[in-house]
Amino acid sequence: MRDEISPEIFAKLADLAAFRFNPEEAEYLRMELNQQLKAIRQLETLALDVDVPLVPRGVTYTAESRPPLRPDVWVPFENPEEILNQAPEVEDGYLIVPDIPHRELD
Amino acid sequence: MSLTDQSAFDIAHKIQRGELAAVDVLDAALERIAAVDGRPGALDYGPLTQEDQTKVHAFITLTADRARQKAERVDARISSGEDAGALAGVPITIKDLFCLKGVPTTAASRILSNFVAPYTATAIERLEDAGAVVLGKVNMDEFAYGSSNESSAFKPTTRNPWDLTRVPGGSSGGSAAAVASGQGCLSVGTDTGGSIRQPAAYCGVVGLKPTYGRISRYGVIAFASSLDCPGPLARNVRDAALMLSVMAGADTRDSTAVRLPVPDYLAGIDRGVKGMRIGLSKDYLQISYPDPDTGETIMEDLPAEIRNMTLRAAETLAAEGAEIVENVPMPNSIYGIPAYFVISRVEASSNLHRFDGVKYGYRARASGGDLAELYRLTRAEGFGLEPKLRVLMGMYMSGGQLSLQYFQRALQARSMIRADFETAFDPDGPYRLDVLLTPTAPTPAFKMGDFYGDSTLMQYSDQLTVSANHAGVPALSIPGGLSAEGLPMGLQLIGPDFAEATLFRAGYAFEQATADADWRAVKPCVLAEVE
Repeated sequence: MRDEISPEIFAKLADLAAFRFNPEEAEYLRMELNQQLKAIRQLETLALDVDVPLVPRGVTYTAESRPPLRPDVWVPFENPEEILNQAPEVEDGYLIVPDIPHRELD
Repeated sequence: MSLTDQSAFDIAHKIQRGELAAVDVLDAALERIAAVDGRPGALDYGPLTQEDQTKVHAFITLTADRARQKAERVDARISSGEDAGALAGVPITIKDLFCLKGVPTTAASRILSNFVAPYTATAIERLEDAGAVVLGKVNMDEFAYGSSNESSAFKPTTRNPWDLTRVPGGSSGGSAAAVASGQGCLSVGTDTGGSIRQPAAYCGVVGLKPTYGRISRYGVIAFASSLDCPGPLARNVRDAALMLSVMAGADTRDSTAVRLPVPDYLAGIDRGVKGMRIGLSKDYLQISYPDPDTGETIMEDLPAEIRNMTLRAAETLAAEGAEIVENVPMPNSIYGIPAYFVISRVEASSNLHRFDGVKYGYRARASGGDLAELYRLTRAEGFGLEPKLRVLMGMYMSGGQLSLQYFQRALQARSMIRADFETAFDPDGPYRLDVLLTPTAPTPAFKMGDFYGDSTLMQYSDQLTVSANHAGVPALSIPGGLSAEGLPMGLQLIGPDFAEATLFRAGYAFEQATADADWRAVKPCVLAEVE
């Protein structure tokens, strides 16, 4: 785990995250990420083959505590207009966006 | 003493008995806000003035008219002989991460600055159903990403009522500062790595991170979904217990909200600690952090005043009849922050992808490009630096081989931290603890600007709180004394799953045993002007 986030990797991450940075911002963020990686390297001292269960959260859910699954039924929201009104641009109940780009996947 | 300085418990009882009117309590709270808070946080805030530096700035949105309607409704119910609820007329504030129908819910971020919640979070709904009067939404670190409140996009950011040059802690800093300065009796916060307990410690109030799943997360803007816990902040343990009694419980709208019955947390709170086994761990009396240059781990003892406060508290509890168990090993707590850097960032990254300028919230003006360009511009302008950092780190660690190297090891660390607690609390084990006693934070509140911008060191202020989040166990922060500089220091009581009642019992016992201590008589400096 001696990885470092290079400017190239940073640019790739920024693209994947749909961010755009000016050069100063990008360099500050890259330096901060690499500082954080130094802290994360403390995890290197953990052996990967230790037999501990990997769980989605700390608390163990039991039959008594686990909520039952909800019935898979449609429950309409009382006022969908209130949700649609939050959108920056709406027309006839549809969200309006600019042209959707198409590109060939590698 | 202003009405708003009374306990929530007393206010509710007096209102229920008709000895107080909810509107009078509300007026007292609004008067206090006008006296100490200054201008609310805003995006276009202009230069910081001299006056700004003398105010707390807890609020982003004050909902005075709405609060008056609610208070009048409480009084009307009392007049007609109805039950107005366990929190009848108690003024409260809400971290601006909780949805409240019809009220702006910003997460202290530009990207949600124009979002008006179309529904109410379950925890808030329950508080209002119990008669609580919401004064408004309070400031926080942007998306709850921070430990000082300085990352909020809404400025001036909140200041510590005990020393206005210092941070209130974070991310629930507005909540802790509001409660400490009498701007309401209670506040609702969230705790993902210490975001209730650390600001509670810095501001000299009580804060509880309940067991994961004890309170529904429905209507709370997500940070790290496997760690997030809503919880109460109050000025005393009994009020925090009362608040949890109202907020806790199953919720069909949150599949992680457990369906275990909610105990009456006030019943037996005064039973004392006689026979209770309370542990101390050397692993919680030191701090480790990476050397900024070499990355090597530095291990240091906590400051003497923090260690001594903890040991004095153990002596106090021992004098009340508790059995103190020393040298409880918690060896994996050193992995708490490194694992948190991984797990919280991966989950935050996933949760932040929904903010795109299409469905709700901020949209960049006229990008002139296609949808991808709109996403980039909106997210570039809408998010502050801290959310961007978290998304980038989360994406980096989610990728391919790195996921195995980082994420799997972090999950492993979480399981090992959990195992430490299970051993400590095992009724058939070597320690058989009811409670683990630790400091809440390695230092008292630090100066504004001291760490902001250094995202690694800032994270380490949560080192003593984050392990409880990994393990999912409940942890209560209570005031433990004052530092040499007159700043609050917090004690943390950690228990096994769903042992909140035990924590309240121990915390209440400490409160009672130290009720006459000199430090209890000292109040936040901002209150000097209003008393």
